[in-house]
Amino acid sequence: MKNQLLLRSAGTMLVRILFAVVAAFPIVFMLVSSLKPDQQIFGDMSSLAAFLPVGNISFDNYTAVFDRVPAARFLLNSVGVSAVTVILGIFVNSLCAFALSRMQVRGKKIVFTAILATLIVPFQTLALPLVWWVNQLPYFELNGFSLEFSKGWLDTYQVQIIPFIANAFSIYLFHQYFESIPKELDEAARIDGAGWFKIYRQVVMPLAGPATATVAILTFLPAWNSYLWPLMVVQSEELRPVMIGIQYFFQLNVSWGEVMAYASLITVPVVVLFIAFQRSFVNSIASSGVKG
Amino acid sequence: MATAPLPTRPRIPSGTHAATPPSHAKPAPHRRPGFRREQLSGWGMIAPAAVLLLAFIFIPAILGFGLAFTNARLISPRPIEFVGVDNFARLFTDPTFYRALLNVAYFTVVIVPVQSGLALVMALLINKKFRGVNFFRTVYFLPVVTSMVVVSLLWLFMYRKDGLVNEILSAVSFGLINGPDWLGDPNTAMPAIIILSIWQAAGFHMIIWLAGLQGISGELYEASQLDGTSRWQQFRYVTWPGLFHTRSLVLVTITIQALGLFDQISVMTQGGPMDSTTTIIYEAVQSGYRQQETSYASAISLVFFVLVLIVSAVQRYLTREKD
Repeated sequence: MKNQLLLRSAGTMLVRILFAVVAAFPIVFMLVSSLKPDQQIFGDMSSLAAFLPVGNISFDNYTAVFDRVPAARFLLNSVGVSAVTVILGIFVNSLCAFALSRMQVRGKKIVFTAILATLIVPFQTLALPLVWWVNQLPYFELNGFSLEFSKGWLDTYQVQIIPFIANAFSIYLFHQYFESIPKELDEAARIDGAGWFKIYRQVVMPLAGPATATVAILTFLPAWNSYLWPLMVVQSEELRPVMIGIQYFFQLNVSWGEVMAYASLITVPVVVLFIAFQRSFVNSIASSGVKG
Repeated sequence: MATAPLPTRPRIPSGTHAATPPSHAKPAPHRRPGFRREQLSGWGMIAPAAVLLLAFIFIPAILGFGLAFTNARLISPRPIEFVGVDNFARLFTDPTFYRALLNVAYFTVVIVPVQSGLALVMALLINKKFRGVNFFRTVYFLPVVTSMVVVSLLWLFMYRKDGLVNEILSAVSFGLINGPDWLGDPNTAMPAIIILSIWQAAGFHMIIWLAGLQGISGELYEASQLDGTSRWQQFRYVTWPGLFHTRSLVLVTITIQALGLFDQISVMTQGGPMDSTTTIIYEAVQSGYRQQETSYASAISLVFFVLVLIVSAVQRYLTREKD
């Protein structure tokens, strides 16, 4: 009986490792290949050396990437766009969820239902009418001392940020989490003379760490990874995000070492960020929000 | 009234200190004190999100519906004209559109059971605490944090005739299998895209399954252990019924994701070879963005939306709670 149990747990562990190998091997291959010259990548492919940083290892591919693509600019753009989207997204969505969850606002049921209804519209169906629509929107620009009025948001930073701030799923996650925070805390704060915004900022939000972390990551990932949208609305090179940079590599004579270097360059920051927050992230999704 | 003890939720206008004697706080005739203030603050807090959702989801959705019946172009000097169902007539006589529908159906029918099944197995493997559980959770989730665009690029390289996938196949079969040119052959292009899509996204649905598994009370497992049930019976009679709500969530999210297939196609095959991987969204983007035909793209988007609605409704009906 005991032997059987031991055998079984060893078997389970083996399956776990198998899945881990399948999940990790392409990423390891990408990172390792980014350090090798093209010829060696193909030479190593038929042996385990494909996954090992051996042979002629250097950062040459990375230097070449910065020559071919304005990679620093793209990274900066993506960091900026993602950071602003995440910060504004956390603020706007949690504020809305706070009012819907903890205040007695007339009509809030209808508003909440309308917000949740937006979840059934996939972004892809909106993308094309949205391109047309943002091209009609007015935009004010401070040019020196005069406020200039222009039409069309195409080819700007705000077109990459503002449409993605408000998000029904984030509001839903915050709402679910706020419901689990005792309302007595609000009452106590109100007796002490706190206004609603103060309660939001000083009572509820400090307790909503896990929900905030989840929303932050779920907003950051699509912002960093966005491809379809910037492809359609951004033309100027200096405004492009990292994913669009991939197109620079599909000209004649693809250097796969350089492609792998660029792919690693735009993936590693996210992976590092994810590993730093992984405990709070995986656990908070698993325990707090995403429940049917 | 206004200073009643905690359980009855006193509403005291901010600025009024609790120590103020009740006679000084003049109650409004019908409404609790602070009612107006609460309405104003509440709507003020809802407004930013509500305005943004209105501007960037509701209005474009309605616009898309309207534009589908016009001849609007992204940039055009001519005024927009109403053209009735012309766009739809053109769409429903376009053989590429039917090919796209077929491809998406193929993709979805394979992805939904395989990906949700593998994701459930992964979730079960890392559900209970053991030494190194965080390591495995992180590794299983790594493909999800890697963008689909990067993943597509990476697999584009691995799927070459002389690429890593074929080298591995040849190695594990001792040279017996001589892999195809995966993305160059109309018969293998879609399966190749299916494999990489599952590889990238299964970790996300693993997390949703995990949330469901963590929600099942441990007492149920203890009780079943006392009854001496086998592992399979435990899964069948405790775990599976406990995942009822999670199941429909996973089903719906995978399906909607699958129907909207785009990134992989755009990076890897551009719909080819011979339209074998073109999809509805890919066709919409081609006409709306490359040819700037906003109206035709809106018509495709509208058909796509109706398709999503129908599929979700059917799924809801099939997975409804039975007595």
